[in-house]
Amino acid sequence: MNNPTETKAPAMNVEHVAHLVRMELTPDETESFGRQLGRVLEYIGQLQQLDVAEVEPTAHAVPVRNVLREDRTAPGLPREEALANAPLARQGLFIVPRIIE
Amino acid sequence: MSPSAFEAVIGLEVHVQLRTETKLFCACPNRFGAEPNTLVCPVCLGLPGALPVANREAIRLTVMAGLLLGCEIHRISRFDRKSYFYPDMPKNFQISQYDRPLCLGGGLEIEAGGTHKRVRLTRIHLEEDVGKSLHFETTSGVDFNRAGAPLMEIVTEPDLSSPDEAMAFLLALKQILVYGGISDCNLEQGNLRCDINCSVRPAGSSALGVKTEIKNMNTFKGVHRALTYEIDRQIRVLRGGGTIRQETRRWDDDAGATDSMRSKEYAHDYRYFPEPDLLPVELTEAQIETWRADLPELPAARRARFVREYHLPDYDAGVLTADKGVADYFEAVARSCGNPKAASNWVMTDVLRVLGEQGMEIGHIRVTPEALAKLIGLVERRVINMPTAREVFAALFEHGGDPETLVRERGLGQVSDASAIDALAAQAIEAHPGPASDYRNGKAAALQFLIGQVMKLSRGKADPRLAAEALKRRLGIN
Repeated sequence: MNNPTETKAPAMNVEHVAHLVRMELTPDETESFGRQLGRVLEYIGQLQQLDVAEVEPTAHAVPVRNVLREDRTAPGLPREEALANAPLARQGLFIVPRIIE
Repeated sequence: MSPSAFEAVIGLEVHVQLRTETKLFCACPNRFGAEPNTLVCPVCLGLPGALPVANREAIRLTVMAGLLLGCEIHRISRFDRKSYFYPDMPKNFQISQYDRPLCLGGGLEIEAGGTHKRVRLTRIHLEEDVGKSLHFETTSGVDFNRAGAPLMEIVTEPDLSSPDEAMAFLLALKQILVYGGISDCNLEQGNLRCDINCSVRPAGSSALGVKTEIKNMNTFKGVHRALTYEIDRQIRVLRGGGTIRQETRRWDDDAGATDSMRSKEYAHDYRYFPEPDLLPVELTEAQIETWRADLPELPAARRARFVREYHLPDYDAGVLTADKGVADYFEAVARSCGNPKAASNWVMTDVLRVLGEQGMEIGHIRVTPEALAKLIGLVERRVINMPTAREVFAALFEHGGDPETLVRERGLGQVSDASAIDALAAQAIEAHPGPASDYRNGKAAALQFLIGQVMKLSRGKADPRLAAEALKRRLGIN
């Protein structure tokens, strides 16, 4: 990395992101993830200095389009298999902590 | 400002499940009502390594909807990931379309309260549906059968200004989508759900007020009630000197009120980015034109054709074309019996009446169009009279079957034997000398009574026209 201090990116709000992904972090984790993710943002900051006005945005590296499927059914997973990895299952359902509305 | 001087500004986001055999990105059946988690595979369960492949038919149906609604079709469109975390979303992102949806713009003509109005559409995009959660006392259960079902989202501009207009829009949209074979729009099965954006502002003002969003409405009546409540609530808040908070609200149908959803649970930051596992969709002009040529006849055009082709009054044509199934049924009956006027009378009165009474869709009726056409033929050829035909219709409605067989088996054929009817006429005159002499003395109405007696004696099977002739002859009028 060239001189990272040159392109100071805004600090990431780790607590907000942790809430969005429903993760609980200890204060230590919050601090160290904040530092690590901050470095990632600094890389992005460097990239943002490039002049890309003339460059097409690239979502895919290969120029392939229309990879489509015919509308025909095929067997999926038996229910026991579908539920096999679930920490908790009952009456054919994946059981999760109660969703509060 | 006068107390009534507020107007509502309403926009809708309508989610419509497409009528495909399979889900949007995998080959699992797109079907309602199966046992929980029996229509799932690694793709729609979001298992690691599983790769989505888009369903060609779902793309075609979305473009067809766009063409029917006058949208511009993007030549290149793309799928994006919309990140959020909720147990009904197994991958923790939903595959949707962000800045390159399949369809842009367009609009729909509606009529509410006697005025016509064009409601502009912002866009139509394709996305995957989420699973269904069931709530228990201390836990929730998730069924992923619906996860990955193809869902088309139609977004309107804020062009609606009353609950009636919102209702009219949804009905018109449903009619077109059903006509186009794009969705069954079965509300009971959750085929059509919508989110409402609603704000109010002083009438005549051009600035928009702060809006609230009411999520996940699944009945048209609910939309109407929720909007009526929410508009009133916002006006009351503003009149009381308060301010409207931008928030998501939920409609509680039992309480008849909207309430605020805890915003913390719904904090979102979707972080859209292009879905790397799906390649862009490119539509050629030729492909779009092929699909355009396949567009079905829409209700307004069909109504005009019914007037032209079958010589039906405009009102009748409107009733018959309101529902595609009814219009198809009528056309099948009319073609099969060759008497559009009779077909229209039967469908508009008897068929629609029993369907209404039973709360039944025409697709479930046991009386096939061919059977109804035969029944019309039996009346035309005077094999049975109208009251008997209604009886036969009721029997067909209950059990199905063939009207000709039914008439033969039950001995319902009309008595058209002149000598038999003459004998009944003689009996009727003998039994009722009073009316008979009244008729001889010029009281024309007495004849109806005597015809009724002949019908009774024949147990409803006499041809009333022959009965009248026989009576007149015997009473010396002919």
